[in-house]
Parts: sequence; structure tokens; C-alpha cells
Amino acid sequence: MSRTFLGMPGTVSMMGYTGKETFPENAAKAVRNSQLRFNLRKATGTIRGRRASVVGELPDWPDLRQAGKAIKDHTLRNLDTYLVRLEEAVTKAGGHVHWARDAAEANRIVTDLVKATGETQVVKVKSMATQEIGLNEALHAEGITAYETDLAELIVQLGDDWPSHILVPAIHRNRSEIRDIFVRHMSEWGRPAPERLTDDPAALAEAARLHLRERFLSTKVAISGANFMVAETGTLVVLESEGNGRMCLTLPETLISVVGIEKLVPTWRDLEVFLQLLPRSSTGERMNPYTSMWTGATEGQEFHLVLLDNGRTGVLADDLGRQALRCIRCSACLNVCPVYERSGGHAYGSVYPGPIGAILTPQLRGMGSELDRSLPYASSLCGACYEVCPVAIDIPSVLVELRGRSRHPVAERAGMAAAGWVFERPGRLARAQRMGGRMRRLVPKRLPGPLGGWTDTRDLPAIPRESFRDWWNRTDGGSR
Amino acid sequence: MSARDVILARVRAAVEGVPEVQIPRAYRGPAPASEGLVDLLAERVRHYKAAVHVVEEAGVAALVAASLAERGARRLVVPEGFPEPWLPSGGFERIGDEPRLSASDLDTVDGILTTCAVAVAETGTIVLDAGAGQGRRALTLLPDYHLCVVRRDQIVANVPDAVDRLDPARPLTWISGPSATSDIELNRVEGVHGPRTLEVVVVTSA
Repeated sequence: MSRTFLGMPGTVSMMGYTGKETFPENAAKAVRNSQLRFNLRKATGTIRGRRASVVGELPDWPDLRQAGKAIKDHTLRNLDTYLVRLEEAVTKAGGHVHWARDAAEANRIVTDLVKATGETQVVKVKSMATQEIGLNEALHAEGITAYETDLAELIVQLGDDWPSHILVPAIHRNRSEIRDIFVRHMSEWGRPAPERLTDDPAALAEAARLHLRERFLSTKVAISGANFMVAETGTLVVLESEGNGRMCLTLPETLISVVGIEKLVPTWRDLEVFLQLLPRSSTGERMNPYTSMWTGATEGQEFHLVLLDNGRTGVLADDLGRQALRCIRCSACLNVCPVYERSGGHAYGSVYPGPIGAILTPQLRGMGSELDRSLPYASSLCGACYEVCPVAIDIPSVLVELRGRSRHPVAERAGMAAAGWVFERPGRLARAQRMGGRMRRLVPKRLPGPLGGWTDTRDLPAIPRESFRDWWNRTDGGSR
Repeated sequence: MSARDVILARVRAAVEGVPEVQIPRAYRGPAPASEGLVDLLAERVRHYKAAVHVVEEAGVAALVAASLAERGARRLVVPEGFPEPWLPSGGFERIGDEPRLSASDLDTVDGILTTCAVAVAETGTIVLDAGAGQGRRALTLLPDYHLCVVRRDQIVANVPDAVDRLDPARPLTWISGPSATSDIELNRVEGVHGPRTLEVVVVTSA
């Protein structure tokens, strides 16, 4: 599957699919894939139930949610102060801090750091930020191979596929597809799959363990992201399940973490909120199996932190849209979304799919392409995403706002301009209503031309014989 | 201007005039220790498919011996500072981390015995901070079997309690059950890269 940078206004760049298909076109193709729909329904159904159960267990969930929202808003409001504080703390603890305005700059910094070690292989912990900037492809172009170590990322990498979910990038694959990918492709990347591998999930996990073991023990450079950075102490936090994160964070001699500037929290104490919100919202567990926290250069390791802007400050400047920067990438909004559940993540053409992707992608990379203009419409506005969001991002409101900002078709604009002209003066509206009332029998059930698309799934409201105002004037409020 | 200055200037321009935000903290904070914490911790750790034992101080060594025998674990790493009275008198080969074991050496041992810094009852989590009896982070990562001894006074009620007790300057590892993944059809499967067997011993009289 070919990948490319989509053309972006300004300097922001972000990985996306090749091609110019819009969300509706992609979704129309996806919903015809019954295997995909079956896999998604099963997986999202499972996770929805688990999330609801562990969230319901905490009597103070609404309070945690309000605190989480406010901590993030406060951080964003004072982001400059906290970034400088973080830099001081990390540096004091022996780490090196780098700043990257955009994807190209971040990729260059990381590539140079890897080259300085003399290594040509790196192991990676699952990270949205490095996916966003296309780091693996940039490293590959410089002769450096990046090995994904998260099980789902491994499935995506081996299958030369594209991630379709924030938390579980291979959610579109079921166990037997995963087994086939392992059997076919593991040998191209390292240790082959065990003979007679079954599609039992435990056997698949074991195959991944064996495949990556030697790689973990021998690779000298690791690249990670982070879920949180604590400004006050310079501590970075990575939540994970498998132990591949711990392998990458602990064993290599050099650790490079690429983190979006919005991942900050001000104080150590703030983690008490997010360590409750995140695991329960994402995998539906009371706590994820492993959480690593480290401050600067740890246990003799060389540590580099690359702080990434890549469009985030642009989002920050938007009064309504900036709330998207509160996102802690839990993916609860994907799992409850009726649109995501049917279309899958690939239809969004972005590393950030689902409801959060529909507001984040167009803000980060602009609305220059047909695809990005179509994303705010990838929603029924049912509001389930807002309800489950652990930091209360009002996704529906941002979607509506973005719809308003996108360029609309000529016919729609002409229609809206005409409607605006009519509504501007009461006399015009009254004349239009009287004309409508007289011609109401002539209005067809199905509207002509492209407007027919609207009436195919809806009944056209019946036009009354007389407007309310005319009726009121004629009958003096019903008394005559 | 450097990238740093550009980003900071962009941030300042973006938030200019945005009102300050107060943080409401109405959620449950650290709670006083209560009677039921041992049982709650045991229940929550078992939920992750880890083995849990609750014993008096005098019974720890015998219990550890029985657990090692049951797992067939003979070559064990014992980090500096692990309490001697908790160790069985024989039946296993004791391996120290001084000088530092290589990753490949660690990969060949049968298991690791540790203490912990804090345990969180509500979430069934043990937290290691590389302190006495715990060793560096890789020790509890590469061996396939991890036995952790928790003293009753190390158990706290909830996450805010644990954050309050821990020192961010130390490398911290929060462990909730054995290594697992939810990546196959979003169902939890135990046993990927970290230890596939986690055993927790809670000492009640210590």
C-alpha cells in the first residue's frame, strides 16, 4: 500500500493515504466489506461493555472528568510557561531537549540522533506522534530500519497495511487474518513464525514474543512517544500492556522520545487524575498492565526528548477548536461511534480516525483537500463521543463549526444566498410564503436534479396553505 | 529565531487573551488506610490472572519455597536489599546483579524475587521504584516469572494515594498483572513480552 504526504498549506505535514477520495467514497467501499464490519462490530462491542463497567465502578468519574478537562485547559492556556519548565527539568535530570516546528524538522533531528550512534536499526514503542510525521519512512530513506514492537503495530507493519484505530491499529484484522500475516511475513523481518501456528490469540502473542525477543536484546536505540510529560519534574509517562514498551524504554543505550507539545501536565499530582481516566477509557481496564515513568537520563541511558509542534499551535489559536488538544488518545470516541463502527478507520485517510480524527485532522493539516473537507461530515452528530470523552471534548460542536468553515458547492451556496435574501426582510418572507402556499400542489415528492439525493431518504415537509402570520392576521389570533 | 523561540512565540500569540482556568478537584483524594485493603488488593490482582497469597511474616520463606518449587524455578535473581528472612534456606540458585547482569544473562534465569514501593488496592497494582529489594527495571522485565512480596503498610487505597507516596525522581514501573495484550479482537490475552507469570505475596503482620 503506497503512502504519501498529503499536500498541506504552510509547513504542517502529516501522513495520509494516497488518493483524493472523500470520506463518503471511502466509507461506501468499506461498508461493502462484510469481514471488516464483522471484525469492527465484535471488537468495538467488546470494548464498549468493558469501558462502561469499569467507569461505572468509580463514584467520582464525573469529578475526575471535570478535573482532567480543566488541567488540560489550564496547561494549554499556559503552555509556554510549562514547556520551558519541562525543558529545565529534563535538562537538569541529564536529558537533552530538542524542538521541532514541523514533521520534516522532527524527522531530521531523530535521523541525526540515530546516525550519531552509528546504528542502522531502531526499535519502536507505539506512538501516534511518530506515525503522524511519517518517521519510519523518513528513517528508511536514510538507511535506518525501524522495527515496530507493539503487537498491533507489528501486524500492520508485517502486512504492509495502514493503522485503522488509535489504540489498536490492527482492529480491522481478526485472529485468522493475523495468523496468515505472521506466517507469510515474519520471515521477511526476522525470526519466522513458529511452525503449525494456530489462530489462538495466546499462540499469536507467543509468536510475537519469540519474533521480537532477540531484537529487544540486541538493539541499541529506541524511539518512543509519551502519554504524559510532567512540567514540574520532567517526568515522562508511557502506558502500555505487553512489555514491549518497557523493553524499548529500558534496554537500549539511547532513548529518543518524540512527543506533541500538548501532552504536558503541570504537576506530578495531576497524574492521579489521568492514571484513572486513561486506562478505564481506552482498554476498559482498572489499570493497564505496565506504566513506565522516567525522569531524564535513567539508569545510565542517553535520553533525548523531541518536542513537536507540527500544526498544534495553529489549533491552539482557535477558540473553539483548541479543545481537541485536550485529547489523551484513549480512543473511547472511536469505539462508541456508529459511523466509525461501520466505516472503519481507513476511510478517514489519516492516522487520527474516528470522531476525534474528524476534528483533529482538518485542523492540523487544513481543509485544502476534498478528503479533509469531507471529514467534519463523517458523523451523525449523535453526541456519543462527547459523552464518553474523559476530557469532555465537545466533538459535535467542533464538527458543526468546521462544517461551516468548509467550502460548499456552488448550488448550495446559491441556495443559501437566496434563502438569506428572503429571510432578511419580513415582507420578502411573507411574499415567498404566500407564493409557496399557492404552488404547494405543484411541489413534487422527489426534488429534481442533485436535490433528489436529499429527498431519497427524507420526506419533504408539507407546505401549509397559509403561513402562521397570515392566519393570525386573518382570524385575529383565532378569535374570528 | 531558533525552533524553540518560534514555537514559544506561536504559543504566546495563540493563547493571548484566553482567560485563566481554575482546576476543580472534587474527586476522591488519598484515603485513610482501612481494614479491607488486603482483601481488595488480592481480589483485584487475581482479576488480572496473577496468583496472590496472604501470609503472616513467619510464613513467607516457606511460601516462597513452595511457589518456586511449583513453578520449577531454580535460578533466581535476588536484588540487593531483599529481606533475608523471606528467602528459603535452600533449593534454589541465588543470582545477584552485582556486577550488572547482561540482558542475555537475564533472559536465561528462571525468575526474579522483589519487594515493592507501593501497592494500589483499588486497581490491583504494584509499583516498583528501583529501591532496596527491587533492583533496576530490566530485572523484573526479562525473566518469565516475577514474585513480588508486598508488606501490608505498603498498600494504599487508590491512585491518588500512590502518586502522593511515590518519588518522581526515581524510575517507576506500575505493574497490574502479567504482561498482556488487547490487540487481538480487543480481548485481553495474558503473556507477551514481560513476565508471563506474576505472583504476589502479601505479608499481613509486617
